Amino acid sequence: MLSLSVIKCWRGFKLRAQLDTPTPGVVALFGRSGCGKTTLINIISGLLEPDEGRVELDGVILTDTRGRIRIPVERRRIGYVFQDARLFPHLGVLANLRYGERRAPKEARSIGLDEVLALLGLEPLLTRRPYQLSGGERQRVALGRALLSQPRLLLLDEPLAAIDTARREEVLPYLETLRDRLSIPMVFVSHQLDEVLRLATHVALMEAGEIVASGTLSDISVRPELRAIVGPEAVGSILDGTVTRVDAAAGMADIQLGAGVLHVSLQDARVGARMRVQLLARDIILAIEPARGLSVRNALQGVITEISPDFGQAVLIKVDIGAGAAVLARITKNALAALELRVGMTLWVLVKAVSARGHTYSAGTITPR
Amino acid sequence: MTPAELDALRLSLEIALRSVAFSLPLAVLVAYLLARSRFPGTLALDALVHLPLVLPPVAVGYLLLVSLDARSAAGRWLQAHFGIELPFTTAGATLATAVMTFPLMVRAIRLALESVDQGLEAAARTLGARPLDRFLSITLPLMLPGILAGLLTAFAAGLGQFGAVITFASNVPGVTRTLPLALYTAIQEPGGEAAAMRLAVLAIALGLLGLVLAELLARRVYRLLRR
Repeated sequence: MLSLSVIKCWRGFKLRAQLDTPTPGVVALFGRSGCGKTTLINIISGLLEPDEGRVELDGVILTDTRGRIRIPVERRRIGYVFQDARLFPHLGVLANLRYGERRAPKEARSIGLDEVLALLGLEPLLTRRPYQLSGGERQRVALGRALLSQPRLLLLDEPLAAIDTARREEVLPYLETLRDRLSIPMVFVSHQLDEVLRLATHVALMEAGEIVASGTLSDISVRPELRAIVGPEAVGSILDGTVTRVDAAAGMADIQLGAGVLHVSLQDARVGARMRVQLLARDIILAIEPARGLSVRNALQGVITEISPDFGQAVLIKVDIGAGAAVLARITKNALAALELRVGMTLWVLVKAVSARGHTYSAGTITPR
Repeated sequence: MTPAELDALRLSLEIALRSVAFSLPLAVLVAYLLARSRFPGTLALDALVHLPLVLPPVAVGYLLLVSLDARSAAGRWLQAHFGIELPFTTAGATLATAVMTFPLMVRAIRLALESVDQGLEAAARTLGARPLDRFLSITLPLMLPGILAGLLTAFAAGLGQFGAVITFASNVPGVTRTLPLALYTAIQEPGGEAAAMRLAVLAIALGLLGLVLAELLARRVYRLLRR
């Protein structure tokens, strides 16, 4: 468990954050630029000291201003991957990797050089110097260097921000591998929903120095606080499920989501793989009676739990589809009036198989289609 | 060249070399204090260190003489505890040279320190490096070009010290008569024009060599530390 409750006034900005999140897990600190995400992870790392409050990791108090506890950064064993990698320019790649390993306590050794080289594909880079690396390679070396310091927690400050979009794939899959193979808890800062979608198990939403909501990604995806951050186009629900059937010939797969099954078009699906599906609110159709003669492949039955205003003239309908899973649908005020929708009503959620965006969530072999 | 002239050359090199060797650790420390610490005395320390740059060198030599000669408290203490006598000795000439060139060295090292990215030191902290370890493994190597530049500048300037040296350590042949002092002496003597010219040419050659070497070395180090 990582729990913190801190106050920090810094450079005319006030941070007031409270968070409890399970470990191991991957928590995304998600919010717009300048909302205090980096300040918060700097406080966790110890590089910044809070004015007031405490930070606790798996029962170890790292900072407690009231108890006057402050473990210095160098003894916290918290790995930090900076936005700009910060490789030591006077050392080669191997010496950079070894820097933290040599300084880690012997009894804490749990991951070795060979394993890190394999996990991050660093073998071919070993003899190079930092200036000879691309942005993505730099971040991978920085990740390896942090891992070899045998951290109890890994902090990542927008690790992909300094890399152009096309080359993010040089790093993202490795981060997914780390999440699935190692049990090191991670906190990463991001303002890109797609990164969060691929990496996070939990999300803490930040706005103006405060954590406005936190929980699993599925829970957070339907929260109104998220809408303001991601903008109207990205509003939708994110659901975690399991692949239950694969029809390779048709390029289709069934995913168990809550109480329902979703047919989605997927390539290379594997039965039993965990899968994350994003259903955008604008792609969802609602029907108050069973629909016939439509090309839509999915009709999930559910109950309306919330009707809330959306951007412009639209409204968002939140429909509970069972087992705690919920879907958001964006419809017009006209449609709301015509169908006489109200909270508590049972209806059908129609989802086109091609509009469900699937993302591998656990080491699987699924590629999104 | 006469043996006396060779002696002057040797003495110049020796004094300049020793003065930079002795002042280097102190210069790194002072540069660190000036660049990184925020204690209230920083401004006074900065002024004190730079004083020799703006004072007449003769005044520096004179101040050293009154504070360190055999009659002064510090002079007696040095004599009693270490058997060191400064005025009229090579050690004295070295001290005068060190004081005069100290600001140049501090300046170069401080600039180098200020250009070291403190983010790298923060990264080293998160990797478990404690303060001294961090300084030795990250900060110092990254300052190396500046330290070398400071050393070479101070050494080159040390070769040419005149006013402070002649005032504090006098002009004793073979002991404190360095190249510039020998040149001065030659000019004073009737018929010493040829010797003066030889010494002047030697000083020019030495200076040029130093500058070229400094540039080559700086280029090498920068390539090594490419950022």
